[in-house]
Amino acid sequence: MKHLILAAGIMSATSAVAADAPVLTVYTYDSFVSDWGPGPQVKAAFEAVCACELNLVGVEDGAALLSRVRLEGKNTDADIVLGLDTNLTAAANETGLFAPHSVTADYALPIEWTDTTFVPFDWGYFSFIANAGADFPANFAELAASDTSIVIQDPRTSTPGLGLLLWVKAAYGDEALAIWADLSDNIVTVTKGWSEAYGLFLEGEADMVLSYTTSPAYHLIAEDDASKVAVSFDEGHYAQIEVAAKLASTDQSELADQFLAFMVSDAFQNIIPTTNWMYPAVTPANGLPDGFETLITPKSTLLLDAAMAGEMRDKALTEWLGALSR
Amino acid sequence: MAWRTKPLSPYPGIGAAVLVAAFILGTLVAVGWQADGSKGFAASDWVALRFTLKQATLSALISVFLAIPVARALARRRFWGRRVLIALLGAPFILPVIVAIFGLLQVFGRSGWISDILGVFGLPPIRIYGLHGVVLAHVFFNLPLATRLILQGWQEIPAERFRLAAQLGLSGRVMFRQIEWPMLQRVAPGVLAVIFAICLTSFAVALTLGGGPRATTVELAIYQAFTYDFDLGRAALLSAIQLGLTVTAAVIALKLSNQAGFGAGMDKPVQRWDSVSPIRDFFWIFLATGFLLLPLSSVVFSGLVGLFELPSLVFRAAGVSIMVAGASTCILLVLALPMAAAIGAGTKGLVEIAGILGLAASPLVLGTGLFILVRPYVNPSDLALLVTALVNAIMALPFALRILAPAARDVIVSHGRLAQSLNMSGRVFFVRIMLARMRPQIGFAAGLAAALSMGDLGVISLFADAQTATLPLQIYRLMGAYKMDAAAGAALLLLCLSMGAFWLLDRGGRRHAEV
Amino acid sequence: MLKFDNCLIENGAFQLKADFQIMPLSSVAIIGPSGSGKSTLLEALAGFRSLTHGALLWKDQDLTSLHPGKRPIAMLFQDGNLFPHLTVFQNVALGMQANKRLTNEEVSQVEMALVRVGLADMGLRKPAELSGGQRSRVALARVLVQRRELLLLDEPFAALGPALKAEMLDLVADLAKETDTTVLMVSHDPNDARRIASQTVLVAEGVAHQPQATAELLDNPPAVLRDYLGGA
Repeated sequence: MKHLILAAGIMSATSAVAADAPVLTVYTYDSFVSDWGPGPQVKAAFEAVCACELNLVGVEDGAALLSRVRLEGKNTDADIVLGLDTNLTAAANETGLFAPHSVTADYALPIEWTDTTFVPFDWGYFSFIANAGADFPANFAELAASDTSIVIQDPRTSTPGLGLLLWVKAAYGDEALAIWADLSDNIVTVTKGWSEAYGLFLEGEADMVLSYTTSPAYHLIAEDDASKVAVSFDEGHYAQIEVAAKLASTDQSELADQFLAFMVSDAFQNIIPTTNWMYPAVTPANGLPDGFETLITPKSTLLLDAAMAGEMRDKALTEWLGALSR
Repeated sequence: MAWRTKPLSPYPGIGAAVLVAAFILGTLVAVGWQADGSKGFAASDWVALRFTLKQATLSALISVFLAIPVARALARRRFWGRRVLIALLGAPFILPVIVAIFGLLQVFGRSGWISDILGVFGLPPIRIYGLHGVVLAHVFFNLPLATRLILQGWQEIPAERFRLAAQLGLSGRVMFRQIEWPMLQRVAPGVLAVIFAICLTSFAVALTLGGGPRATTVELAIYQAFTYDFDLGRAALLSAIQLGLTVTAAVIALKLSNQAGFGAGMDKPVQRWDSVSPIRDFFWIFLATGFLLLPLSSVVFSGLVGLFELPSLVFRAAGVSIMVAGASTCILLVLALPMAAAIGAGTKGLVEIAGILGLAASPLVLGTGLFILVRPYVNPSDLALLVTALVNAIMALPFALRILAPAARDVIVSHGRLAQSLNMSGRVFFVRIMLARMRPQIGFAAGLAAALSMGDLGVISLFADAQTATLPLQIYRLMGAYKMDAAAGAALLLLCLSMGAFWLLDRGGRRHAEV
Repeated sequence: MLKFDNCLIENGAFQLKADFQIMPLSSVAIIGPSGSGKSTLLEALAGFRSLTHGALLWKDQDLTSLHPGKRPIAMLFQDGNLFPHLTVFQNVALGMQANKRLTNEEVSQVEMALVRVGLADMGLRKPAELSGGQRSRVALARVLVQRRELLLLDEPFAALGPALKAEMLDLVADLAKETDTTVLMVSHDPNDARRIASQTVLVAEGVAHQPQATAELLDNPPAVLRDYLGGA
């Protein structure tokens, strides 16, 4: 079969690395491997130091990524999974497929990092993005009371969507249901993924869209456009910390450890801000790119720890579905 | 018809049907097999099922209801640019979902053209989100398909019938009842079933335009079972329900279909002598054109800017997509032609149902099942493009059969006895008579398959590695990287490629044979 | 001898009985009211319809379960006698050999057949480019190269004008004589029967009767035929 494809001239890239070099397979989400994501640069940078081939495999998004690994189980080809977030690590841990790490670093995370299985590689705050110039609600309660329209992602199909669910839960606890009920008339629509929602916002379908506080940095740096702003909420912003871990079943254990250590080094972390448009987990020696200093800093950080997030998510989802299905 | 013999054997077609059914059911079983423990059918799934049925029924009915006057108008009016218009009307159907949603919203959205015009008169913007939005989008997608299929029914009515009707001085209404209504009875149920089935598996459109979790469809529940709950048993169960619904719809449609053929007419151009005023016809043509082409033109406008600064990677992806579409079209024809011949020769039930299964198969289940099945033997990413081509072909199969089977039946009715009395073998009949007589339909089906494959994201995202990306996947990646302008440009490129492939193949088939 | 041996043909509720014989080399008309089953009789003979019971025999060969293409029968239908997408030559060639390329010898036989029916230089035309009479000639040229002992005509010339139809019937009669062919011809026009058929089978009220001398039958028609023929 492979010959068929080769014959058809479809196969594009065969590695320049010698055939006997070890291969490290990393499963990650699709936008990471995209030509505009961090993937190509990360691959080049790691291969420059590892005498190996880095094989990045893209799987839709974080949730689908975890499903893929569970599907493959102990027979997985992956040596490393990169791109889960703290809302998924509890479920990931339950699978027993992941191995502990020994990476230490001087993290620039909004929380103390103590997880012994997962290593963080970037992070950001969820936030609503709007066009500069208008008055914005200062928190969810004000948003719900206003006629500001928003477009959000479905927590069942998207990581930001799940993040928003837990944001409201973390901020309002038992009142979350009431907040969602009040928000339902502000919600223009709910999309499958981030791209659709962000696209709808740019088309003018809503006043605000759920994204990250770092989103304006893209417009500023890549498009020289300062018109997009993140809206600061005074109850605090929920953080997303993206992580990677080694599979227990890997046959490239040392190489995998080497990759995780590389991941928190400057060579990797420098790539993150302007390709993944997130904060690096470890601030590189030369600091953040120009433009990042303009981003808002939330008054406080909200984050349910992994165990709590895992526990909360089904209850929060039921509330959300109940409130919005009416 | 108590014919003892047929001019060709149905067995190759039955074989192809069994293969398709085994493929679809096999992947389903593979997914179910992998499950350990499932919370089964949840209460929320009932809600999803009800909504799915409601929107699919409405979408199918409205699409077909609107398609009838449009197809009738197109069938009996000759005007400059008619062919181009018919080709363009097919475009929404082959657009990638996400591109189509944005096109629709630029017309019907809160800051869309219609709302802008309303704003000039101090009226509030229209609100597209809700059940009506879902139905609107599905009609946008499927009206062209319904129109083309019904138009084809019209064109298959031998010109002699219309001559006769003209001679008898039949009024439009009588002509409709005597000639056109029987054709519609034959064609419409199948079209309804096909569109119903397409809409059953809707997911992103329903969610986005439905305005939230109220618009949860079964396909979304399957997706949720997979990625959110990792409950493979439930995913397989829901997928089986989806298949069951589609088979039910297909069986009902087959029962309702009056399968009588139209007999042979010599290859003379279709000409009609209706005396009906053209105003009503042009009203329908104008309406359909506006509804379908405005969102399309918005896709073109938004894409123009990005088109000239597309990264070269996009063109590489376009090359990959063209190859996938080519492979997919070949696979489709290899499966569909024998199946159409078998249906034409009277082996209906099994083959027709196997053909329609492709519509109801959840791409996610299909892809995942295939992934489970091939993984022990090969690295799935090596097969990414082949699998994508295969799955795209299976998805296009129901449409191809709708197009090919009636033509195959007519060829057998018209020429089968002569071929048999000449002691012509089934193989020769298939190649020299059937394929030759069906060229317009084969071109249409191949064009549709190529265009669909070009525009469909398919299962590539389950299989692809970093290097292999099709154009639709690349569009998603551009959007995911905030590059909305480039994505719009790439979408325009995709639209051109899809339309180009369709135009080329459809035209190739229709050379010599006037539409 | 062509023998309908106690045949019963059923088509839904419709039944037709046939139990008679036809002598080789004769030309037989099949006549009867509309819907009486004339075409059904021919279709059964050609193998497109199965017998409920009974047997069909030709020169002691049992045809009953033979595939239509294996019977010693050529047939012209009411319409659809030519493949519209094939040329005149290709259409005739299919009668010679439907499944293989023709040998040089066969090609010249096809050409000779075209010459015989008066279409020597029309081989490359498509049926749509021909007149109705010419199309009938193409079909007859094909019959000629088929070399079957029986020729069944299911009113193939019904659409032609009287003069043209007469011309075609004469051509059929000539060709049949030249090639020792037995002809069975459905007709609703007694003049056709008189023109080339010495004998006539009357099909009426569910029965295909014994052949009788055409002139005799038409001159003294039984009641059922008289009603059908009207004043004729």
